[in-house]
Amino acid sequence: MMQTVRTHLISIKVNGEDYHLELLPWISLLDVLREKIHLTGTKKGCDHGQCGACTVIAEGKRILSCLTLGVMKDGSSITTIEGIADGENLHPLQQAFSDFDAFQCGYCTPGQICSAIGLLSEGKANTREEVQELMSGNLCRCGASKGVIDAIMQVKEGCGNE
Amino acid sequence: MNNFSYIKAENTDQAISELDGDIRNKIIAGGTNINDLLRYFITKADKLVDINPFLEHNTVICLDNGGIRLGALCTNADTAYHPIIEERYPLLSKAILAGASAQIRNMATNAGNLMQRTRCYYFYDIHTPCNKRDPGSGCSAISGYNRIHAILGQSENCIAVFPSDMCVALAALDAVINIEGPDGKKVLNFADFHRLPNQTPHIDNNLLHGEVITSIDLPENGFPKNYSYLKLRDRSSYSFALVSVATAFDIENNTITEARIALGGVSHKPWRIREAEEFLIKKEPNSQNFAQAADIILKGARGYEHNAFKIELAKRAIIRNCIMALHPESQRTGAKPSL
Repeated sequence: MMQTVRTHLISIKVNGEDYHLELLPWISLLDVLREKIHLTGTKKGCDHGQCGACTVIAEGKRILSCLTLGVMKDGSSITTIEGIADGENLHPLQQAFSDFDAFQCGYCTPGQICSAIGLLSEGKANTREEVQELMSGNLCRCGASKGVIDAIMQVKEGCGNE
Repeated sequence: MNNFSYIKAENTDQAISELDGDIRNKIIAGGTNINDLLRYFITKADKLVDINPFLEHNTVICLDNGGIRLGALCTNADTAYHPIIEERYPLLSKAILAGASAQIRNMATNAGNLMQRTRCYYFYDIHTPCNKRDPGSGCSAISGYNRIHAILGQSENCIAVFPSDMCVALAALDAVINIEGPDGKKVLNFADFHRLPNQTPHIDNNLLHGEVITSIDLPENGFPKNYSYLKLRDRSSYSFALVSVATAFDIENNTITEARIALGGVSHKPWRIREAEEFLIKKEPNSQNFAQAADIILKGARGYEHNAFKIELAKRAIIRNCIMALHPESQRTGAKPSL
């Protein structure tokens, strides 16, 4: 039997700010961020979990916002690319991406950086090969992947996780 | 996506009640597959029942019988990196880490991994016939592009493969699945969970509508000394298996005392042939014996226009992975070949 569809009131913290939203059940977290909260730094690439452009950090873990429903994140704390710099000071990974030419068109970059933040906090990558393996969910069609790994390795070694 | 309603279930009983035995009411947990299926109209739902609030099912615990219990809602990443899994069940850890991407493993749950659906191209293309998506419409893969498809256990109705890596290890480790439903609790052996396509390829497994997986149990022996998971695919990471192999041995005095070999990427379910494992008991662990075991496992294998290579690939992968299992310290990230 067809169910009665209704909107859901949710509270979500994004980059430290509280938002109270009324959502239909099928709206993805990605669309919530971009269309409801107007944080368009998180990118829509494939919109079905294959490219990593929509990667954000939810409760400290990197996830794909395109494969998450907004209503499932009621009460959650989300960090997007807009929330990682310290005022005018770039996050070390943002600076390293710039230093190492880790992008060309830049479309995948927000997802790459959020994914790299997750990678470093997980602490499971000890070698360059392991960094490559654990960043494989973020595709770069421009071919800047070498620069991406170089940038992450520099920050990783700089923060003493080797 | 079609329009659907959404409800959070606070416990198993509420979830079962909300599902109400209706195929159009579906569970969502990690959401990494069902969101995709809904978005492209491969499946439709009237109601999604979000079971993430089941906090009691998101852990790994030790059992009195020496085994362990994987919570249905424990994520693939938390399972793979759990100290008990890494130490006692490294085959499972390696298999999980060979699958998907870090982001997806952070979201996907253990029960969801069992419930994921095939990645057959035609299943995902709603403009082509597919008996799994639309029973009775035909199988486009049999006479189409079938590079990733089955060589074992297929039927004239479906040659799709089950895509999981984790489940290949669970099959090898003799996992059992704990289920709750309207008629109470039940337990299924892992080998009895997933189905071959036969005449009903639209039914992937033996979980009934309205039932919920609550946990997965593993027996005490996780084969921590001799194990290996090898995954062969078209790119070196973040790709589904063309052929994968989970191998585990107990070895005493250069003699195999216990053997497990399960294949992924070749059938509608993880493929395990007990006869091959029994053949290896009391044998010396060498290439000749592993080759004979491979022949037993692959007996009756049949290829199609684009995937016949998988038969020889599977044989070589079995032999190679059995050799790798003798030296598990050589395992590399992402189940890449170490030899």
